[in-house]
Order: sequence, then C-alpha cells, then structure tokens
Amino acid sequence: MNSKKCYKIYLIGVGGQGTVKTATIIGEAAMAQGLNVVMSEVHGMAQRGGTVVTEVKIGEAVSPLIEKNAADLVLAFEPSELLRMLNRIGKDTMVIASRFIIIPFTVSLGISEYPDKVEMFDKFKQKIRYLYLIDAEKLAKKAGHVITTNIVILGAALAISQFPVRKEAIIESIRKNVPPHTVDINVEALDLGYKQFISTHTVKN
Amino acid sequence: MKVEEILEKKKGEKLFLLGNEAAVRGALEAGVSFASTYPGTPSSEIGNVLAKIAKKAGVYFEFSVNEKVALEVSAAAAASGLRSFVFMKHVGLNVAADAFMSTAYTGVRAGMIILSADDPSMHSSQNEQDNRLMAQLAGVPVLEPSSPQEVKDFMKYGIEISEQFEIPILMRTTTRISHMRAVVQLDDIKIEKKKGFFKKEEKRFNIAPSFARKLRQSLVEKHRKIEKLANTSPVNCIINQRDGKIGVITSGAAYNYVTDTVNDYSLKVNILKLGLSYPFPGALVKKFIDHNEKIMVIEEVEPFIEKEVLALLGQEGLIKTVYGKLDGTLPRIYEYHPDIILEALLKVLNLSLPKERELRFDIIPPLRPPVLCPGCPHRSTIYAIKKAVRSLKIKDENIIYSNDIGCYTLAMQPPYHMADYCICMGSSIGIASGMAKATKQKIVSLIGDSTFFHAGIPPLINAVHQRAGIMVVILDNRITAMTGGQPNPSIAIDGWGEETPAVSIEELAKATGAGYVAVINPGNLKKAIETFKEGLQHQGVSVIISRSPCIMLKSKEKRPVFQINQEKCTCCQVCLKQFNCPAIFKKEDGSIYINQLLCTGCGICVQVCPQKAIEVKR
Repeated sequence: MNSKKCYKIYLIGVGGQGTVKTATIIGEAAMAQGLNVVMSEVHGMAQRGGTVVTEVKIGEAVSPLIEKNAADLVLAFEPSELLRMLNRIGKDTMVIASRFIIIPFTVSLGISEYPDKVEMFDKFKQKIRYLYLIDAEKLAKKAGHVITTNIVILGAALAISQFPVRKEAIIESIRKNVPPHTVDINVEALDLGYKQFISTHTVKN
Repeated sequence: MKVEEILEKKKGEKLFLLGNEAAVRGALEAGVSFASTYPGTPSSEIGNVLAKIAKKAGVYFEFSVNEKVALEVSAAAAASGLRSFVFMKHVGLNVAADAFMSTAYTGVRAGMIILSADDPSMHSSQNEQDNRLMAQLAGVPVLEPSSPQEVKDFMKYGIEISEQFEIPILMRTTTRISHMRAVVQLDDIKIEKKKGFFKKEEKRFNIAPSFARKLRQSLVEKHRKIEKLANTSPVNCIINQRDGKIGVITSGAAYNYVTDTVNDYSLKVNILKLGLSYPFPGALVKKFIDHNEKIMVIEEVEPFIEKEVLALLGQEGLIKTVYGKLDGTLPRIYEYHPDIILEALLKVLNLSLPKERELRFDIIPPLRPPVLCPGCPHRSTIYAIKKAVRSLKIKDENIIYSNDIGCYTLAMQPPYHMADYCICMGSSIGIASGMAKATKQKIVSLIGDSTFFHAGIPPLINAVHQRAGIMVVILDNRITAMTGGQPNPSIAIDGWGEETPAVSIEELAKATGAGYVAVINPGNLKKAIETFKEGLQHQGVSVIISRSPCIMLKSKEKRPVFQINQEKCTCCQVCLKQFNCPAIFKKEDGSIYINQLLCTGCGICVQVCPQKAIEVKR
C-alpha cells in the first residue's frame, strides 16, 4: 500500500554528484512551504566515490526510509545505479534518470563490468512504466557547468503534477544551498530540466 | 541552511536539521558550556558544527586527541560546575571505557551528556555494538531519541536528570537518527557559565578502593531513584489504539518504523515508546503488559529491552508470549527497516497482504566501492611502498600489511590489497609488533597522523622496547580526513580555529628510540621508493613519515590539468592497474584518457607513466 498522505522520493547517485544536496534543497523548500518532511542521508565511508542514497518523505511520516515498491518518484543521477534499487519501484512510480554514465575504477581494473548500455536502457523502457530518460549532462553544460546535472534532474521532477513542492520554493532553497556565484547557473539548469520534461513528455496523471 | 542559523534562530522558529545538528542546538538550549569529541562517523557533524559556532556561542570546544581524553576533559568540566557534552561514535566509547566506568562512580555536579552514535548495519564501522549495554555495564542511564526533534529536546532533559541525580547520561543515537534530517521546532538558547570552580571533595573524585566502595553503593541508590523517575517520565509513553490486543515496546529509530507501519496499515497495535530505557521502567512496563494479550519488543541491535521484559515476567510470575529477536520473530543482526517491521507485525497479528510483484531484471550494476580521491597523497605512498617491496623481491605472502582506521584503509582494495590486518584505532602498530615476534615475515604498519596521536604512540614505544622489527609508515596528511577534515595535533590550529602549538610526529618517533626515522614527501616517488627500501631493510623499528596535505585542503584554483598524449601512450595500463587513479579511464576502444573534471592536477601520474605520455594540458 502506498498511502497518498505522503510523497516518497528516492534519490540515488555517485559520490560527488550532489545527491544529498538535491534532497536537502527539496526538504528545505518543503518545510518553507509548510509541509512536514523527513530525510535520510549517507555520510562517511560511503561518500568516497561510492553509491549515495538519500530518501525523502513529504507529508505524514516519521521515518524517512521508503518501503518496498513504494517510491512515488525516483531520481537517478547515474543510470546503472537504478539497478541497485529496483525493488523500491512500484507500478505507479515515476523514474527520472540521467543518460550520462559514470564508469567506476573497478571496470578499468577489469574486476567488474559496466552493463551494455543499449540493453540496459531497453530493459528500463520495457519494465518501468513511467520512465523519463534525460540528457542531464548536456543540459547542465548548456546551463553553464556540468556540476548542475543534479539540478537539471530536479527541474524535470518539478514538472510532474504530483510533485508536492512549488518551483518558487525550490528556487529559494537553491539560493540558500549553493555558493552565491553559482545561483544563476543552477536556476538556469533547473529551468532547462523543467522545460525539457514539459516539451518532450506526456505527463502521467 | 547556513550553519550559523543553528545558533542564530530564535524560539518558535523551525530548522530542517540533521540529528547531529539538532544535538548542537539542544546542547546550546540546555546551557552546555563545555564540549569535546574525537571525530567518528556517524557522530562527526556534531563537532563540525561546533567548530564553526562554539566560540561565538561562548562554548568551550575541543577536538581531543582521543575519546578517552575527550570524556575526561568533559568530566572535569562537569565536576567543576560546567554543563558538558562529549560525543563520539560507538567504538569510541571502548577507547573511553576506563574513564566512563569511573565517571559513573564519581558522578558529576553540573549536567553531563555522553552521546554515543551507534552504527547498526556498520555503514562506516568495524562492528555494530549496542552501547546501551556499555551504559548498563557502567550503571549510567540511557536516553534513546527517535528524531532530530527528540535529539534536541532530550539534550535538555538529559542535562536536567544528570544534574538532579549527579550522574552522567548516555544518549544513544543510531546512524538513522544521527543522519536523519527533519523539521525541528526551536527553543531559547541559554549559556550560563563560562568558567567553573572545582570544589575539592576527595572521597568522591579520587576513587581509591575505600572511597570506591561507598561510591558503588551510592550509584545503586541513584539507580533506584532514576527507575522511579523512568516509570513516570514524559519520554516513556503509551500510545493506545482502540481494540489493540498486541503491545509493542519500542525505542529509537525502530519506533519510527513501527509508527509508520501501524498508521499506513491501520494495525490494531498498542505502543509503548521508551525514551529513557535504562534504568528499566519496570512498573510502567508491567502496566502495559497487563493491558495486552501478547507482547512484541522492537529495538535495534541487541535484545536489551526484550531481556528486561522477560526478566520482569519471570519476577512477576506472569506467563505471556514475548516476540522479538530471541524467538526469531525479528532479525538478530543489522538495522531494521519498515519492510522488516511490516513483515514481523503481520506475522504476529496473523495477517497477510496480497503479494505485489517486485521489479527485477538480470543486469548487474558495476561494483562501486568507495575509493581514494583523485590526487590523494596516500595513493602515492602506498604505490611507493609496493614498488619498494617489489624491487627488494619480497614475495606478497612474506609481507604483512597491518593497516589502521582512516582513508588509507582503502588501500585494502584492488589493485593494492594492503590491509591484511585492521581492527581498531592504533592497532596497526600493536598488531605489527606481535606479528614481528610471532612470525619471520616482513611487517609494514600503515597509520595516519590523527590515528597515530590517538592510539599509535604506546604501541610504538612497545615495539621499540620489545625490539620488534617493523616498518611503521605514518601517512601524515595534516588532517583527520575520513570523518570530513577535522584538525589534529599535527597542525597548529585547534577546534576553534585558533593558533596553537603543533606536536611534531618525527620528534615523538625519535624520542621512542626508533633506530630509523625519516620524513618524505610522497609526491617525489623516486625518493619515496628509496626511503621505503631503506626502512624495509632496517633491522629494528623504522618510522617513515610520509607527509603531504589531504587533497581536499588544497585550493582548487590554478591547478594544472593533465592529459595523455595518445601518440606516446602504449596502453601499458600502469597508470590504471598499478597506480589506479580514479580520474584515469579506459575508453571502449581501449585507449586511456584522463577525466578533466576529476583530475586534481597532482601530476603524480607523470612520474608513474613508463612512456612519459602524460603531459600538462595547461
């Protein structure tokens, strides 16, 4: 059961991509909008280039951890990372994933393999009902810096009608959470992600 | 959010705080004026925040050399009338255990909170010990907050109890509480005292056996009183549902999972939430048990409350089924999750849900373990040690790498495999000493600057005194890096950001009588390899300090960027497979390139490349 009293967002990425930062931006914006919000972060050993997971619940919840099949929204900043959390994706889950792949050192060393890209994306398309793949890295570069890839994806999320936090609140939260000289490119990145989603996606309702 | 807001926001305002940040605000609201720590995940952010705001708040704060010292300085403050707060990761309390056990006896005058951040599932730790058992061993009361709001509020409540009964309080958080962010409603801040006065009371603060016997008695008496308080404490509360027949006793993060599950599925379950779980509130629990047909205990790591419940039933001559860890209803190990709680509750309630199909497909994601950062000086050090070992023709099985706790523990990963033994802070040198006596193998000990100060000095003295033939490499990156970059005695800056005398590692090493002491810059690989060769051939204890600041400390401005000259590159892959910088990649066509975004411009790969194919781009 996924009660509609609460909107559950699962964010997954690679250390350094701003996964925790994105979730914090969403959380502070939700609070500013008067909503209850809880969030779970990863720190320490897990940060050094490893997988980073953050979970956010907006609404009636005391625990931030998302139940099996229960995510409303998944934001994947690196596509293969989705493979680690498939059991959080239910039949109504919206998944937004970056197309840009990041190859870990284990692949260069030959002790692990990166999946075949075509096969991986095909599988995603086949199996995930509400999937939106985005060239977030390209849009981030267009906005001014590749480091804003996470914000492009957040922008796309804002275009989903069920997303409970308003764009203005997110922009205000970005202002408070990024270095002052990067506010403009981050807001631009948000806008590019938002517009990209609107222009290329038939929104589920 | 700016860190300063934790200090500046007023009563009635809200902040979106991490459990660890809420602990700082709670300390300020509770009138704490003295704080100390040794950093360790998942407690580190408490210190990081205090380092930024303590001075402005008028709170004394230090990054102590280790947890034992941290506990001692805070105990001294509390004995002198200053409310104090010491915090550490769970295994830090092992280091502090000696002082902890005795401080329970002496007690305190002003309130004292000892926060232990436990790490169920071992996200960043070597074990998942439950420090409620340490508190029980010491006889110290335990508070278990379930949210950042409670972390903050319990700080104040804990200080009150501590002062009322003159006993330190253990606040037990877990990773999911320390690293949970939530909306926190603020109260007023009050810092009362800046300096205390230690009034002498020999029979209390000197625990010679004759005095200790009396103190032991007084500790037990305090317990009886605190147990009474626990029975009526507002942090121990019953949440009854209509028609509930099953009673769940829970605490900490587990309470959150129980609450959400019960609400989401409208389960008929009564809940007893224990915020003050030790001394065990027997009368309150008895009342709850009487009210329910079956009892379930849901707590993380050890069956601590569960055993108390079973003991109570025995004492009262009651027969009732208790579901929990001991009967296998709930897993014995690792942290809980709402999915686990749902399954267990359904089982006990004899309910079932229609099975939803899980999404699954047969593609495996690549391994993505944590890795030393691009530009990390530790990589050069461990690469140089490996080269030295190879050039001396020492076989892999004949050299033991005794590693320690820090970023350099990551040398355990391929291609290095340089962590054959690694158990706790400072252990690299003690283990190396033992190996040198127990075997004929070559022993290399790898330890960081902060870890050396923390627990590496006594075993180094031991190694010299026992004539153990070992090479100790101190990877001095001028910071406590793994926990996010806290200062330590190797640099002339304290926890407040003020200038202070630095302590020389090489002078300490020389003073132990080690026969060979050298300082190198790992950025010069040739020199480093030569020095390690000498160290390995030295008969007694050799100490090599490999000094270069953590890459995170270096300015990001004006860094050179390197690239691979594809005409010169023969794809020998030494840079990839031996040096293993994560900024160097192999393309699908087999060519090697440097990711310009990840490259930090350290330039060590230029020295590594046998073809001289790596060059400065700009």
